[in-house]
Amino acid sequence: MKWVSDLGFKTRQQLADLGHAARLFVRLLWLMGPTLRRFGLVRDQMHFLGNYSLAIISVSGLFVGFVLGLQGYYTLQRYGSSSALGLLVALSLVRELGPVVTALLFAGRAGTSLTAEIGLMKAGEQLSAMDLMAVDPLRRILAPRFLAGVLTMPILAAVFSAVGIVGGWVVGVVMIGVDPGSFWGQMQGGVDVWKDVGNGVVKSLVFGVTVTFVALLQGYEAQPTPEGVSRATTRTVVVASLAVLGLDFLLTALMFSI
Amino acid sequence: MQRSKNDLWVGLLVLIGAVALLFLALQSANLLSLNMQSTYKVTARFDNIGGLKRQAAVKSAGVVVGRVDAISFDDKTFQATVIMALEKRYAFPKDSSLKILTSGLLGEQYIGIEAGAGDANLADGDRVQQTQSAMVLESLLSQFLYNKAADTPATNKP
Repeated sequence: MKWVSDLGFKTRQQLADLGHAARLFVRLLWLMGPTLRRFGLVRDQMHFLGNYSLAIISVSGLFVGFVLGLQGYYTLQRYGSSSALGLLVALSLVRELGPVVTALLFAGRAGTSLTAEIGLMKAGEQLSAMDLMAVDPLRRILAPRFLAGVLTMPILAAVFSAVGIVGGWVVGVVMIGVDPGSFWGQMQGGVDVWKDVGNGVVKSLVFGVTVTFVALLQGYEAQPTPEGVSRATTRTVVVASLAVLGLDFLLTALMFSI
Repeated sequence: MQRSKNDLWVGLLVLIGAVALLFLALQSANLLSLNMQSTYKVTARFDNIGGLKRQAAVKSAGVVVGRVDAISFDDKTFQATVIMALEKRYAFPKDSSLKILTSGLLGEQYIGIEAGAGDANLADGDRVQQTQSAMVLESLLSQFLYNKAADTPATNKP
């Protein structure tokens, strides 16, 4: 009979965790409006999350573009359609790689720091101290970070895609010598502003919500010990990456299915 | 709300994002005009342009000498009017002829110029008289099948 009660306990624990997460999510959404009025806090977080991620995002975008150019050319030239290289590079970046790779990098670069910061604040009982002073830590600490993460992700994803296309152009046109007219012409003919670029932006917004929320939740629910904070940081990367990849499949199926 | 030095950096970040989005939205449409040499425009009428697109290459002897600038339909003659921008450093005689060709079996279409023998050269705004339409696979096939069908009774006779 013991394993039955164990099972019941585990289930109850999972449900309680889910409930905590859902309550935190709803409160963060609810606090978005009031937080906008104290934009100074959001601005500082955007500076921390966005500006410092810009370097890694643009360098990764450039190299992903390089590789797409090389690999795409290798495949396309077998069918004598290397003129479609621009279209291949642009569509893969704008629709999939831009939002997804940016979200994965964002989870590693910005999500971990959010989790560690909030976990350490909790471990140092700063959050409880704020509570005692009648300052709501959710309103003062978590909500600005959430909003900043949600706002920053689409910007970073757009930078990633744009830099990646330039990278594909450098390899395809400058180095290999694909005709620039067909490179840009086919790209402009094949990429739709709303269906491709717009949906990419929607995707990156959803991923911004996912990654930032997972990071904040893990920090907020971390065990207040050094070990707990380190575990929470690891979990942020794992959970956020898996959530992003799973959501990407769902969103792609919803957006681009025929 | 008090100002801070982060304002500048966040503003810059948003600006970079906006530029990136704009680049994606326009797909750097005007990047070509930056590195394009000065050109002159020539028009031509085709009965059928097939799959020709804007920005398609104009080639002579396989070398790119210009680009297709605009394609429109003329409902007086029921022909396609194609405006090409040819590079200034290349001059072609007035009686040159144009063909719509395909690069490879499945490749994209381009315009080939075959130089004529006249003395006067094409100038800005001129119209090329001799044109040959694109090969449309369906009409080629149906022509082939039609000929085949016409041939069969003759060949079947003992």
